Amino acid sequence: MSLAIKILGTGCPKCQSMVSIVQKVVKENNIDATVEKVEDIMEIMKYNIMTTPALVVNNEVTIKGRVPSGEEILALLN
Amino acid sequence: MFDWIQHIADWLVYSVFNLNTNQHLAKALNFFIYDSIKILILLFVVIFFMGIVNSYFPIDKVRSYLSKNKLYGLEYLLASLFGVVTPFCSCSSVPLFIGFVRGGIPLGVTFAFLITSPLVNEVAVGLFIGLFGVKTTLIYVISGVLLGTISGIILQKLKLERFLTPWVKTVLADAQREQDLFQEEKLSLKQRLPIIWAEVLKILKGIIPYVLVGIAIGGLMHGYISEGFFERYMDKDNLFAVPIVTILAVPMYSNASGILPVVQVLVHKGIPLGTAIAFMMGVVGLSLPEAMLLKKVMTFKLIATFFGVVTLCIILSGYVFNIIL
Repeated sequence: MSLAIKILGTGCPKCQSMVSIVQKVVKENNIDATVEKVEDIMEIMKYNIMTTPALVVNNEVTIKGRVPSGEEILALLN
Repeated sequence: MFDWIQHIADWLVYSVFNLNTNQHLAKALNFFIYDSIKILILLFVVIFFMGIVNSYFPIDKVRSYLSKNKLYGLEYLLASLFGVVTPFCSCSSVPLFIGFVRGGIPLGVTFAFLITSPLVNEVAVGLFIGLFGVKTTLIYVISGVLLGTISGIILQKLKLERFLTPWVKTVLADAQREQDLFQEEKLSLKQRLPIIWAEVLKILKGIIPYVLVGIAIGGLMHGYISEGFFERYMDKDNLFAVPIVTILAVPMYSNASGILPVVQVLVHKGIPLGTAIAFMMGVVGLSLPEAMLLKKVMTFKLIATFFGVVTLCIILSGYVFNIIL
């Protein structure tokens, strides 16, 4: 089943680096997933988070407020 | 405590590089090496310590605490104190704001948090200890906390809810204290340490270039500008100095890391400490990019009031510092 990955962030440098790390991990490991960047604040607030960036996998918030390492993301996606 | 760093700096400059003690270049270089090493060590210690504290007081826990407990006026002070231990990224200010409002936390209390969080952060504190010593740092931290508390109380009294943007008003109307489901992560310190460690390195990596450039500029000024140079323009009796530097500082955006080492030299060369602290609070605490972000949740009038009240409090504390220090 394809994973639905969303990265929530209003466009700060940290959010950008989260996006690129996630995309890299997905590509390098041939993970079947869609990566979507959510920048709309009203959309972001639906996930009830207070710190960005946040990583959402299949509608579940897994990481918030920090940029995770590649290994951490890989562990979450497997 | 830091004598050994001075020895290293002396040894490098006078023995390894073989420079003469009287040269400007030697003085500047010595200052640069000594300050860089000392400040990087202090930054590391403070950021690491704050990282541990923050790991046990995540923002969700703070919100949960503030929205559940009746605190009889102490909530402003508490929100401000929580702001100290919470690292702040200006891009998180909007989600934070909404999150607090949604949790039923009064606007003034939310502001108290939002004001102190960037003002007193781990990087600023680390730099402050290194550049100005523990006593001045304590004064800065305490006045930052009080500034957030007092500004929060004033802003609450102004009843600003009507100046929120429409969609935030909807959020406010739907605010429920019960929906706040905070589940604490049950992690041991050993499990937390790798995450904290990674964050410390990330923060350090982000600020080191600014710190070094700041110290380098400071070092040059240290060697080339004569002592008391600025006293002619900005002595304590010049009543306009504090408001002018504060108003200049508010739109500026710099992480404290670049600007603090320069300010330290300015103080050394004769700018009164209170004036300098007011300037730094203006730079660190308020910025134009933050105002732009807040436009999503606040009308212009509210942002202007918010910035106005905080600016006024900063100017007042600048005067107070100049009197007591």
